[in-house]
This record gives sequence, structure tokens and C-alpha cells, in this order.
Amino acid sequence: MKERIADRVNKIEPSGIREFFDLVLGMKDIISLGIGEPDFVTPWHIREAGIYALEEGYTSYTSNQGLPQLRKIISQYIHRRFGVKYDPDDEVLITVGVSEAYDLAIRAVVNPGDEVLVPQPCYVCYYPVSVLAEGKPKYLSTSSTGFKVTPELLTSNISSKTKVLVLNYPNNPTGVTYTREELKALAKVIKEKDLIVISDEIYAELTYDHGHTSLSSLPGMRSRTVYLNGFSKAFAMTGWRLGFACGPEDIISAMNKIHQYTMLCAPIMSQMAGIEAVLKGDSAVRQMCTEYRRRRDYIVERLKEMGLDFVYPQGAFYVYVNIGETGLSAREFAVKLLRQKKVAVVPGVAFGPKDDNDRYIRIAYTVDFDTLKKALNKIQEFLRSL
Amino acid sequence: MKEIIELLEKNARLTPEDISRILKKDIATVKKTIEKLEKSGVILGYKAIINEEKSKSFKPVRAVIEVQVTPKRNQGFDYIAERIYKFPEVVTCFLVSGTYDLLLIVEGDNIHDVAQFVAEKLAPLEGVRGTVTHFLLKKYKQDGFVLTKGKENHRQSISL
Repeated sequence: MKERIADRVNKIEPSGIREFFDLVLGMKDIISLGIGEPDFVTPWHIREAGIYALEEGYTSYTSNQGLPQLRKIISQYIHRRFGVKYDPDDEVLITVGVSEAYDLAIRAVVNPGDEVLVPQPCYVCYYPVSVLAEGKPKYLSTSSTGFKVTPELLTSNISSKTKVLVLNYPNNPTGVTYTREELKALAKVIKEKDLIVISDEIYAELTYDHGHTSLSSLPGMRSRTVYLNGFSKAFAMTGWRLGFACGPEDIISAMNKIHQYTMLCAPIMSQMAGIEAVLKGDSAVRQMCTEYRRRRDYIVERLKEMGLDFVYPQGAFYVYVNIGETGLSAREFAVKLLRQKKVAVVPGVAFGPKDDNDRYIRIAYTVDFDTLKKALNKIQEFLRSL
Repeated sequence: MKEIIELLEKNARLTPEDISRILKKDIATVKKTIEKLEKSGVILGYKAIINEEKSKSFKPVRAVIEVQVTPKRNQGFDYIAERIYKFPEVVTCFLVSGTYDLLLIVEGDNIHDVAQFVAEKLAPLEGVRGTVTHFLLKKYKQDGFVLTKGKENHRQSISL
């Protein structure tokens, strides 16, 4: 019998932590610090706008690019918050989450064999989606550079085949982000080596210690950056599946070409809710951000007291904790912690090669304060029992 | 100080240790500040918010009462308000703008108690021109907490 599944798909390795996920999903009464989405539900005024859209009969397709009004206010929002101007007519594309936007960006620019640099640890989709596009993804290990790409690390990994650099900051799973100066130093190499950057800045609004700098706001970077952002994290809208891509007209137009034949458009009711979010969501975002920052400050103190090693997280809602000293692998640690204390965390091996990540666990502080405290107490008890 | 108030207002169960970690201040300072807030009456007390819709314990009868009063020369509404709020049956007393002056929440063991309070204590007070009593039938939301439904969260217990 012929092989039914395409080689491209067979090349993608099945997720190594599916088993662990099943274990977690099968257990009752656990406290989970393994949830990569906000614990807040979408602010009511935004949900209400979605309901109103349905009541008013907004149930149709929109233009492929997305509702003109949404594109216009997104363009204004990015200019106001991050200082970059994009033309809503041909430099903004509304997508079904950043996940789709990333897929489109990769497919729009990668030829078979083109190298895509993927710094790790990182969110799970960057590598396999590049494989599907028949690119050659290459992991950059950031575990010895404080989970940041440095100009030296970047330079030493660029070959004549390198076309794309994927950046994600604030980062999932480390919570690490870049200062303006660090980005400037990276931008220099990126320009010299003529790379395209796909910059996933979905956690931009959740930056706690300094303002977020968009890579595309730096001189000379706008023309070579595909800026990705969305509503999921800042506005607690994960289930609405709404994101956007901004970039130079040629790339956005190429992405739209794929989008129109594959996704067609993002759901209209989500887009209507998105308009409300951008126009009136500021104070809700600020409140949620303050809450995350306080939890961050608390968890950092607690982890320090436990003597655990981690890189100080400045954004998103994650801490990537080194549990190497326990002598356990990430998976062993996570399974034991789950079985003995009913606390779930994600083993680092979900976020990159084993060599670099088997000593880490990701803790997500997407739970209310009392739950977080309880979970950390249990982790502390667990560490003492080892 | 402002941040400590804000934190405790949201969650009174935070210990001085928790607060010191969240705000990166030493415990002694936090403890002192809280003591000060308690002594000066900024913090009046701490209590649990009970969902009476779910609790099986005794439920008092409550009425929201609109009271029209005549303010007293040189003392405005404060004098008559004090005469009213000193009754232990009155658990809440607000001065409001609009067609009436004082908004009360009055508690009793049963309807009869509340009616009697209004008829015998409240209405005959000098300066009270009229009352409208609304018996409270059901609480949907109180102090920011929704009382009639479960938590609105449907996340999976693990995700990347």
C-alpha cells in the first residue's frame, strides 16, 4: 500500500509530552501552573460587543484582509503604543490568531531549503511550521545567554542559506524580554546579513519593568520585519482566535494570498469584539497587567527563597525554572510533583531539544493569588521531600 | 500605603509576609503600615463574603428603604442620619441625591420585624417625612461577586 501521509507531515515529530498532558488531563483536583492562557475571562464589555454583533446579524464573511475599521484602529493602536506606522489598506492583515499569522508569514517567505533560525526554548509551533513549509529550521540555543539571542550567537549561526529569524518576546516559556539597546544590537546584524524577522510580540502588553520596544520601530527594520500580535493574551481573548500581522506591503500581500485560499477571513463576530477591545480595552488591560506583575513579584521572591535558579522574567506570565539540582529530569520532576502534590507544571522538553531543556520546568502564574500561593507551598514541600 | 490598601481591599487574607514579597518591602514596615491603617480607622475590619444564595445558615430578611427627611438647620443631614444609623437594624445608610435622601438597608429576623422597625422607630422620627420599603428578594451580585452562577472559566488544565 502506498504511504498515505505526506513526507512533510511525517517529518514532524509527534509532541514528546502528549503523554504527560494526558496524565494531567486525566487527574482531578489538581492545581495547574501549566496553563498558557489568562485566567481572566474576556472583559464583559468586549464579550458584550461580540453578542451585539450576533444580535445585529453580523454573521457573514468579511474582506480577506479583515474589517477596514479594525485594520484602521489596529494601525492607530500600534502607532500609539509602539511608535510604528502601518498603512491599514495594505500593511495590516487580520488573522485567526498569531498561529495562523506565523504560518502565513513562513509560507510567504520561505523557499525549500531556506534556513529559519528559531531561538529556543520557544513556543511549540515555530519549528514544525517551518518544516511544513519545506524550510530548514535551525534551533539557536539561548540557555547559556540568559535565554536571549545575542549578536554573537546570531552571527555565528548565520549561513548563506539563512533567510529568516524568528523572535518571540516577551518569551514563552521564559518570560524574558529585550531592552531597546539589545534589540538595536541585534538589528545591526539582521541588517548586515539581510535577514527577514518574524517577530511574535503577542505578550507585548504584558511587559513589567520597562516599555516594550517593537523591533520594527528601530531604524531600517520596518521593511524587513513581519510584526505579529493579537488579542489573546493582552485582552484575555484566546478562544476568539483573533490576531494580526503588520509588515511591508509585498509580504503582507503574499500572506493575504495564502490566507484568502485557506482561511478566507477571521470570524466577523470576533473582529467586531476586537474593535471594542482596541477602542475601549485599555483600562482592563492595565488592571490585568498589574495583577500579573504582582504575581510575578511574589513568585520570584518565593522561588528565590526556595533556592531555585531561574532567569528573572520581565514579561508574559511564565518563569522557566532550573530544577537540575534535584537530580531529576524535567519530566520526572513534573510527573512526581503531579502525583505527590497534585501540582501541574510543564516540563521544559516541550519547548526545545532535550539537551538544553531537560533541566527546566515552566511555571505559568495564570491562577489567582491564593491558588498560586498554595501551589508554591506544595512545590516547596515537594523540594524538601526530595 | 496606597498599594497595601489596594491589595487588602481585594484580598484580606494576604498576610504581611505575602504583601512584603509582592511589594518587595520588609515585613516590619508592612506590619507597621497595616497597624497604622487599622488604628486610624482606614481599615475597619476584615470579613468573608458569604454567598447566602448557597449557604444553608439562617438568612435574615432585608429591606432597602428610601427615606425622605428634612435636614436640620446648621447640621444638614448628618444629625438625622445619625439618629437613624445608630439602630442596629440599619446595616447600611447612604445619603444620596434624587427623589429621596437616605438609602438604608435594614435587617430583621422576619418581615414582621422589619415592618415593625419602620412603623415604630423609623417613620415616627422627627424629621422623617416619608419612607418607601422594598423587601429584598434575591441577590445577583454583591461587592463585585456574582452570587447566582459558578465561576466563568472553562480552560483546560494544561496548555502551551
